[in-house]
Amino acid sequence: MEADLPAPPARATGLLGLTRRQWRAAIIAYLFLLPALVLLGAFTFYPVLFGTALSLFNYDVISPPRFVGLAHFRALATDRYFWIALGNSVKFLLVVPVLQILSIGLAVAVNRPLRGIRWFRAAYYLPVVTSMVTAGLMWRWLLEQDGLVNFVLLKLGALPRPVSWLGHPDFALFAVMFVTLWKGLGYYMVIYLAGLQAIGPEFEEAAVTDGASRWQVFRLVTLPLLRPSILLASTISAIAALKVFEEVYVMTGGGPMFRTFTMFFYIFDKGFQQLDLGYAAALAVVLAVAVMALSAVNFRVFRQGGWSYY
Amino acid sequence: MFTAFPLVWLLAVALRTTGSVFGFPPQLLPWPPSLSNFITVWDTMPLPRFFFNTVVLSGIAVTLNLILCSMAAYPLARMEFPGRKVIFALLLSTLMLPGHVGMIVNFVTLMKLRLVDTYAGVLLPGAVSVFGIFLLRQAFLTVPQELEDAARIDGASEWTIWWRVMLPVITPALAALALFEFVAVWNSFLWPLIVLKSPDKFPLAVGLLYLSGLFAHNTRAVAAGAVVMTLPIIVVFLFTQRYFIRGLMVGAVR
Repeated sequence: MEADLPAPPARATGLLGLTRRQWRAAIIAYLFLLPALVLLGAFTFYPVLFGTALSLFNYDVISPPRFVGLAHFRALATDRYFWIALGNSVKFLLVVPVLQILSIGLAVAVNRPLRGIRWFRAAYYLPVVTSMVTAGLMWRWLLEQDGLVNFVLLKLGALPRPVSWLGHPDFALFAVMFVTLWKGLGYYMVIYLAGLQAIGPEFEEAAVTDGASRWQVFRLVTLPLLRPSILLASTISAIAALKVFEEVYVMTGGGPMFRTFTMFFYIFDKGFQQLDLGYAAALAVVLAVAVMALSAVNFRVFRQGGWSYY
Repeated sequence: MFTAFPLVWLLAVALRTTGSVFGFPPQLLPWPPSLSNFITVWDTMPLPRFFFNTVVLSGIAVTLNLILCSMAAYPLARMEFPGRKVIFALLLSTLMLPGHVGMIVNFVTLMKLRLVDTYAGVLLPGAVSVFGIFLLRQAFLTVPQELEDAARIDGASEWTIWWRVMLPVITPALAALALFEFVAVWNSFLWPLIVLKSPDKFPLAVGLLYLSGLFAHNTRAVAAGAVVMTLPIIVVFLFTQRYFIRGLMVGAVR
C-alpha cells in the first residue's frame, strides 16, 4: 500500500534551509521581540561596547573624542583617589557575610507555619520597599550625635559618650554598611525562604529520626541543601556591595575625609560632575572587571563544594 | 523590632510639632499629634507637583514594562525560531553584567537624542527589564498547550493568542511584575537625578533629596515629606504582599 503512494514531495526549503512556514513563524517571533531588542540593544548592550571603547578616549561631550590609548589606565595606577575608592569598595564587601548569616538565620526563624507569620515576614521586608532617600535621611537623623541610636547605646552602657557615627572617620563606612544591612535583610531573607521551602521537610525529618540535634540538622542537612540560594544571594549582594552608591550619596557624600568615597561615587563624580567621561569609563571598566571576577570566584566556591561543610 | 521600628519613629517625628527631633530622651509618642508638618510641606514645597510626577512616571514605566516584557517573553517561551537560544543567552548575560557601566554611555546617548531633562530620557533605558522577561517567560511556559491549540484551530492569529489567550492566564505574574516595577520606579532617584534638570519635573525621591538640602533646618518638614513619599508604597506593599513575595520567590528559585 505504502509503496503505491508517490514519494513525499521534497520539503520546499527556501532561504537558510527554512520552509516558508518556518520563515513566517520566525518573522512573527522577531516582531514580538523587536521593541525589547531595540531598547535593550540601545541602552544595555551598546553601552557595554561603547563604554569599553570610551575608556580609551578623552571625551568631555563638548569636543569630539580624542584617542589616548591606555593612558587613563596608566593614570589610574598613580591616582590616589582611585586607590582610596577601590579600597573602600572592597572593604564594603565585609557586609556580605554578615548579611548572609543574619538573613539565613531570619529565614529559618520565619519558616514556620505559625498564624500571622506573614506579617512578621512583611515587617522584615518593609525596608526593602522603602526608598533609599527615605532610609538614608531617616538613618542620618537616627545616627546623629544626639540621635536615638546614641541614646539607646548610652542607656545600655555600651558607649562612654555619644558618637557622630556618620561624621567620624573611623565609623562612617561601618555606619553606611549598617544601613545597607538594614535595608537588604528582608530581600535576602525571602531568597533563603524560597530555598528552604524548595528543600521540603523530608530531609530534616529523616535527620531528626536518626537522632540529630537541631543544630546538627541545620549545619549538616539544611545548610548544604541551601547552597544554590547562598550562591545566588551572596553573588547578588557582593555585586551590590562593590557598586554601593545610593547610601553614600544620601548619607555622607563620600566623607568624612574620603572614608566613604567608593568606586561608584568616584565614577559619578568624574562622569557627571566633572564631565571627564573617558576617565569615568575607565573607572567603570575596572569596577566591571572586579565585579565579574568576584562573581566567577563565588560560582567556583559554591559550585564545586570548595566549602567543606559536608 | 529592628526593621520596622525606625519607620515608626519617622512617622512619630513627622506627626509632632514641638520639641527637638534629637535631644535626650527622644520623645516617641507623637503627643499631641498634628498634621501641621504635612500642611507645611504641602504648602511650601512643590510636593503635590512631585507626587503627580512620580505617579505619572511610575504609571508609564509599569505599562511599558508589562507590554514590552510580555511581548518579548512570549516567543521565547512558546515559539520555535532560529536565534532563540542566542537571544536567550544574550539576555541571561545582562544579569551578570554590572549595569552601572551603561549609565555614562546612556547619558551621552540621551544628549545626542536631545532627551536630557525629559521623561522619555528617564523612562527609555528602563522600559524593558530583563528580570521581567524571565519572570513572564516562566509564566508563559506553564500555560497548557491545549489552550493554545484550541485557539489556533479557531483560526486565531499569533497576536490574538498572545493578547486574548495567554495574557489573561498569566495575570498573577503580570501583577507581580507590575508591583516590582512600580516600587522600583517610585523609589529610584539616581537615574532621574542625572537626567532631569528642572525641579518642576522631579519625582518625589529626587525632590525630597533636593528639598532636604533647602530645608536642612526643618527636619520635621522633611520627615513629613519622607512619610508622604513612603506611605503609599508601604500601603501598596502590605495589601499585595502575597503576590510580591511569591513573585520574588519564583524569581529566586528559577
